Amino acid sequence: MMGALIFVCSVIFLLQFFVSYCRSLIAASVKHELSPEVLDVTGLSPATSGEDFARVSQLLQLCPDRPEDRSAVRAVGAYFRLLNFVSSTLARLAPSTHAWVESERSRCTYFAAVTLDRRIAFSRDLLAQQIEA
Amino acid sequence: MSGSAALLLLSLGTLLEALVVVCAVRRKLFRRYFFLNLYMILCAASSLGRWQILQQEGVKSLSYRYFYFYSDAVLTIVLFFALISLYVYVFEEMKLERYFRIGAVALLAGTCWFSYAVVSQSSHKMLTYFAFELSQNLYFVGLVLTYVLWAAILKLRETRTLLVQLVLSLGVFFGASAATYSVSNLHPTFFSYVHNMMPIMGCLLPLSWAYAFWRVPDDARLTPGSLSVVPR
Repeated sequence: MMGALIFVCSVIFLLQFFVSYCRSLIAASVKHELSPEVLDVTGLSPATSGEDFARVSQLLQLCPDRPEDRSAVRAVGAYFRLLNFVSSTLARLAPSTHAWVESERSRCTYFAAVTLDRRIAFSRDLLAQQIEA
Repeated sequence: MSGSAALLLLSLGTLLEALVVVCAVRRKLFRRYFFLNLYMILCAASSLGRWQILQQEGVKSLSYRYFYFYSDAVLTIVLFFALISLYVYVFEEMKLERYFRIGAVALLAGTCWFSYAVVSQSSHKMLTYFAFELSQNLYFVGLVLTYVLWAAILKLRETRTLLVQLVLSLGVFFGASAATYSVSNLHPTFFSYVHNMMPIMGCLLPLSWAYAFWRVPDDARLTPGSLSVVPR
């Protein structure tokens, strides 16, 4: 009984911390303005949608990896999957959460697009350094 | 989990722990977050001990399990003090350091006594289960304390991004660890699940701290109220 109670409390706290942690990672990218190139490549409009996340993530995987953003990309990817789960279960039962889930999904897409923008800039710098050398 | 997978996870964890310390030294944050870095150094040292036992005795040996859970209990105590140091840091303007230290020692002693009482009533294998019980209880106490600290951060409108990310990732780690340990209390067959999951989670905390020390500028600010699940 005690073990079950600790387990339930731990999972609830864990989810709260995980959501807040992922939102803190996303918040850091909100002020970044997407370059016209990324908007062009991804086909995103300035108002991003959660539906575009998979496509932007695929483009991310095509770009050379930057070790410093690897853990953030994974965490936000897991957060997006959690939101999809909530969208297909809880949001159907409580429609008021649907709008919140959708706005979070679109913020995840924006985060992925910002990361893509940074990776493209990183690859360009790398190429320029190689040409100079 | 096979021996080679355990070795791989252990090596990865050790590298990430070393990376946290390197990033903190490079950013000149080692002294400010001393207990966090001390925890990472001790984690790396215990990983080396585990690595040696794993090589000699194998992942299913009793000596590896004893070493694993006893070193984990010691590390959890250090992490508990690292959490208290974050409390001191958040409340530094209120000069409550002394009270936090006394409270932390009292809470730690209480948790040890409670773990002893639980184990002595239900088991004859004191040495085997005490470290396990103590870790489990300390992870849960740590989780509750981190939650209280997060509430204080929201209330005090603390805006330092680095501090916020360190606290949140600590909360995720404590939550995942407490949940994993409590699963084994639901049914004894889940014990192997704990044994396999803990090294994986051991990599998550250094990964997120290394990210925070590496990427988040010292002067970066955010609004913590916008991060909570229920907006404030």
